[in-house]
Amino acid sequence: MQNFDFVKPSTIAEAVKALNSGDAQALSGGQTLIATMKQGLAGAETLVSLTGIAEMKGVSSAGGKLSIGAATPHATVAREAASAYPALAKLAGGIGDPQVRNRGTVGGSLANNDPAACYPSAALASGATIVTDRREIAADDYFQGLFATALEEGEIITKVIFPIPEKAAYIKFEQPASRFALTGVFVAKFAGGVRVAVTGASNDGVFRWTEAEKALSANFSPTALSGLSVDAGNMITDLHGTAEYRANLVKVLTARAVGAA
Amino acid sequence: MPKDYGIGASSKRREDVRFLTGRGQYTDDLSIQGQAHAVMVRSNVAHGKIVSIDTSAAAAMPGVLAVFTGEDFKDVGGNPAGWLIKSRNGEPMREPKRPVLAHGKVRHVGDAYAAVIAETYEQAKAAAQQLADDTVIDELPAIIDMKAAAADASNRVHDEIPDNICFDWGWIEDNRAATDAVFKSAPHVTTLELVNNRLVPNAMEPRASIGEYFPGTGDYKLTTTSQNPHLTRLLVAAFVMGIPENKLTVVAPDVGGGFGSKIYHYGEEALVLAAAKKLARPVRWTAERSESFLSDAHGRDHVTKIELACEKDGTFLAFRTETYANVGAYLSNFSTATPTFLHGTLMAGPYKVPHVYVNVKTIFTNTAPVDAYRGAGRPEATFSLERVVDKMCRELNLDPFEVRRKNFITPDMFPYTTPVGLVYDTGNYQATLAKAIEIADVAGFDKRATESKARGKLRGMGLSTWIEACGIAPSHLVGVLGSRVGLYDAATVRVNATGNISVMVGAHSHGQGHETVFPQIVAERLGVPESSVEIVHGDTSKIPFGMGSYGSRSLAVCGVAMNKAIDKIVAKGKKIAAHMLEASEGDITFEDGKFSVAGTDKAKTFGEIAFSAYVPHNYPLETLEPGLEETAFYDPANFTYPAGAYICEVELDPDTGKVDVVAFHCADDFGNIMNPMIVEGQVHGGVGQGIGQALLENTVYDENGQLLTGSFMDYAMPRAADVPFYNVDYSCQTPCTHNPLGVKGCGEAGAIGSPPAVVNAVIDALHRGGITHVSHINMPVSPGRVWQAING
Repeated sequence: MQNFDFVKPSTIAEAVKALNSGDAQALSGGQTLIATMKQGLAGAETLVSLTGIAEMKGVSSAGGKLSIGAATPHATVAREAASAYPALAKLAGGIGDPQVRNRGTVGGSLANNDPAACYPSAALASGATIVTDRREIAADDYFQGLFATALEEGEIITKVIFPIPEKAAYIKFEQPASRFALTGVFVAKFAGGVRVAVTGASNDGVFRWTEAEKALSANFSPTALSGLSVDAGNMITDLHGTAEYRANLVKVLTARAVGAA
Repeated sequence: MPKDYGIGASSKRREDVRFLTGRGQYTDDLSIQGQAHAVMVRSNVAHGKIVSIDTSAAAAMPGVLAVFTGEDFKDVGGNPAGWLIKSRNGEPMREPKRPVLAHGKVRHVGDAYAAVIAETYEQAKAAAQQLADDTVIDELPAIIDMKAAAADASNRVHDEIPDNICFDWGWIEDNRAATDAVFKSAPHVTTLELVNNRLVPNAMEPRASIGEYFPGTGDYKLTTTSQNPHLTRLLVAAFVMGIPENKLTVVAPDVGGGFGSKIYHYGEEALVLAAAKKLARPVRWTAERSESFLSDAHGRDHVTKIELACEKDGTFLAFRTETYANVGAYLSNFSTATPTFLHGTLMAGPYKVPHVYVNVKTIFTNTAPVDAYRGAGRPEATFSLERVVDKMCRELNLDPFEVRRKNFITPDMFPYTTPVGLVYDTGNYQATLAKAIEIADVAGFDKRATESKARGKLRGMGLSTWIEACGIAPSHLVGVLGSRVGLYDAATVRVNATGNISVMVGAHSHGQGHETVFPQIVAERLGVPESSVEIVHGDTSKIPFGMGSYGSRSLAVCGVAMNKAIDKIVAKGKKIAAHMLEASEGDITFEDGKFSVAGTDKAKTFGEIAFSAYVPHNYPLETLEPGLEETAFYDPANFTYPAGAYICEVELDPDTGKVDVVAFHCADDFGNIMNPMIVEGQVHGGVGQGIGQALLENTVYDENGQLLTGSFMDYAMPRAADVPFYNVDYSCQTPCTHNPLGVKGCGEAGAIGSPPAVVNAVIDALHRGGITHVSHINMPVSPGRVWQAING
């Protein structure tokens, strides 16, 4: 790993300033960035830690919405969101292992937008709002493909606001080696309809399965999906599963998530 | 009431105190004054001609002390193959030189062609990157697929080997025609083509080596992650570096797992010694995990067609196999023995089959070398056999339990000579099968299957009745089979003046528990507390010349050597006691730590005798040397033959293809048991690795020879949640007939017997669920593969 400078600001303003001076890179829990830097595939002159900023931490709920500071580790979400949004807390508690959950953050996960990460599916299925240092972005506009988001250079996610659904569940089918989602499905039922978001499966990253949403909005039951099929055309094929297999998983896991919600 | 000390007691593993509290001393824990750091420069292409290496920029970088390339080692020896195998036509195998650093060509991704030594690891790493940037390699087409490699004479891993075939071996060639004739007339033939998946050993501790050179004496010292320090010394000294053996000490301190991969000598060991001499400084190297993936010897990697000829009632008539075995780019030390004499000789299994013929073609490819990995050849044989037997039972609608019983060698037939060259000394396969059926509650399976079905799962049960040859030894036998070394072992029992005991053993413990078990035997035999016995191992300057630990041999070979040395201690103690007690030697008995004159109350304790031996004031010095220290070598008459029956139950999710092992029952015959807890632990570990092979682990090279599963992100290791609570029984015991401890060895059994039990259970689950078109799924039986098989 190459040498770098490290700064740990205590306010969002300081962090923005640090990120906009020279070759700087935001560092949250470091669960992807540090590993990538060790492999020599990433690097910056300055790493700007976001974990010392009090206003970017914590979980709170009010008015049917759950707000999570972007630098809140998964373990905290698993603990503190459990009563307000159990499906989301369960998702957070199933990421990686205890070490990962105590370092990795929701903001880091959403900013990285790994196509097999868990959080993007929750944000998209919940219709979450990604709040940054300069604006609010709807989840539907935020995810833009593999590792691609609406974030601009130097823009920091400060918190994420999740509308709390009436019912929800996340089912992850783990890739056997990494234990990331080989495919994961988050189903959220709101008064206004059902949203279904799928991670791990598509070449374009997290996506909404709109046919299922429509069917489930009319009849929130696993049987509502029986006539549907998932197009394997744009699904991922790799060592651990073919496109057809992932397409199958999308349907199977969606039905199971509906059953579990 | 179980024993609480000595033979048969579940004494707690004393070494675990330091391992579990972070006080182990592994090679990488050692820090030596003045040490420099080596980083290897490894090929990132699978096959290429080295056009030029410009070392000047790397050599000029900060902290760099020396740069080595293949040119520096072109005149020293190669790392040899330990076994000479002959082809069916009588020709000896092809043995390309395996240099310390690749020279002229690189032959697999990870093949080291240069090394940089620097003051710090970071400096060496930076210079290694520079050197890689300054190297020109003309990439050649990669040779990956074994059958294609053997068919294409134009593209060669080694220019002097036109067809990439190391050897084409027939076992036993003289039986080929008779076996073929049986197949022509057999009432039924079952054929199965299968892959025994390639595995990366993934010991928890990566390989590491430290070279030292002492200019004042001309002595070398190599501290390294080895399962057999004397063998490593022999290979480095006599074959590669030309150092006199007595000028090289090899130390293997605490070693964090080997599973075979640390038997072998690797080029890095020679490199650090050469660098230490050149710089007159200690030079250290520790593999990164990704280097372990790329450069440790891998395991398995067979492509096999097996045929079984039988009567309609399932009576076996003949087995015939044709196997392509990958040896990778170079011959690792045991790589030619593993697919042959550790594989072909086991192809009769525990069965009284009259005809067996085994053909193995070993192929060079542009992949990492492949060698023995826990079980080594025997898991491949067992998998092929137990899968084809299972398939035959389905084809003929026969009961797999009954078919095994019908074909087992029966207890009255021992010693039993198999058609593949072994003589099984003892066993009772009916007993272990009956025990497995009992502990697995086979009778209750249907109820459990119904319960699984209610949860949407298909439940299946798989059986494997396995046998292995271990206690890898008899020199006379392995010599006939092509081994270039002897495979005895040795131990020195040194009774100190104060009565405590140091035992120097040739076996090497890298997790097995020797420091606990060997003292149990000493304690039992000499009537002393286990805590007064210490085991010394892993240092060629301290221990007698032994061959180390692999092939489940530590106890069955080295333990027996130790037992022989104890015999000598007792015999000498009797002489001393006879003198002190003024009795004749023949009247002295030794029991519970006391030398007594038979029929009297006159006695001396073991401690008194030991003291007298070292303070020989009242001692028969005219006829007896002082001191109480004895060495014994032991070379057994035969292999040992552990055997057993494994029953696996799985639950299969037909919608996702996910397989869960929900129960695993082992009924093993290991002969006499020294420490039941450690035996259970060995079986747990072996079955865990077997379940890993069956369901999770796979090593995948793409067509360009890039390792796609080069990290734990894509190479799936079994974790605690992937394995069930094991049910291990070892109460069926037919003691080995040719060693006095009656032990057979238990280290590899779990990895040998378990993969076919798992896969048989998966196929059973599918068939019970009405999915009868699936007759085989290659390992790893991953969810994706199961789903494709169901829906394919």
